[in-house]
Amino acid sequence: MMVPLQWYLILSAALFCLGLYGALVRRNGIAILMGVELMLNAVNVNLLAFWRYTEPAAATGQAFAAFVYVVAAAEVAVGLALVVATYRTHGTVVLEDIDLLKG
Amino acid sequence: MTLQQILFFIFGAISLGAGVGVVTARKLFHAALWLLLAFFGVAGLYVLLEAPFFAAAQLFVYMGAIGILIIFAIMLTRGMMRQRHPRANRQWWLAGILAALFLATFVRLAWQGPWTAPAGPVPENSLGLLGLTLVDPGGFALPFEVASVLLVVALIGAVTIVRER
Repeated sequence: MMVPLQWYLILSAALFCLGLYGALVRRNGIAILMGVELMLNAVNVNLLAFWRYTEPAAATGQAFAAFVYVVAAAEVAVGLALVVATYRTHGTVVLEDIDLLKG
Repeated sequence: MTLQQILFFIFGAISLGAGVGVVTARKLFHAALWLLLAFFGVAGLYVLLEAPFFAAAQLFVYMGAIGILIIFAIMLTRGMMRQRHPRANRQWWLAGILAALFLATFVRLAWQGPWTAPAGPVPENSLGLLGLTLVDPGGFALPFEVASVLLVVALIGAVTIVRER
């Protein structure tokens, strides 16, 4: 017998909420990006679970998961570049201390 | 309890436990190592979902490329690793309530959803089918090309942002 679909959905919901908590709570920019990565992984688990349990003969779910990979790679590259550049100019990666645009 | 369910619990426990480590680890480098372990657990789940291509891509792209990139960024901002400052901001309780509410909603929806029984087996050449769908003009050819442009833009943008001036 296979694993019920609900188990995958609940697992990915828990992983998503962990990532959400991390992204909202951590002060270090790199740690926030790690939380976002966890959220993207949870979304991918969801996409592939729905693909497997509802429409395994079509490749649509897999294609969406592949696009999430591309977006995640672009996001982490630009995000980490921003963090490193901010560290160079401001000497900090604590995002609360970067208030250049604050009125 | 079947072998699949046992493996699901093992990999699910790995990814969730490592996820807790990511958001609570005191040292950023430890958080990065926990993140790699979480990626590994998710790769195991992909194997259970009969998506071996995504399991391999998870190992290469996430554990390999993104993990190394995050560790590089931690090393480049190393002065921050030694400073003792609180790792969580003042809204941690609010964020905790928000995440718990999200989780409760998702679990409730997932539990009562109108899910049907598992569909048939995965076709033999599901990876070939994915490749054909990605380059099929009636399928995902345009998003596929846009995705490649996005990768190039992100690459050039990242290089431009961190360049020494």
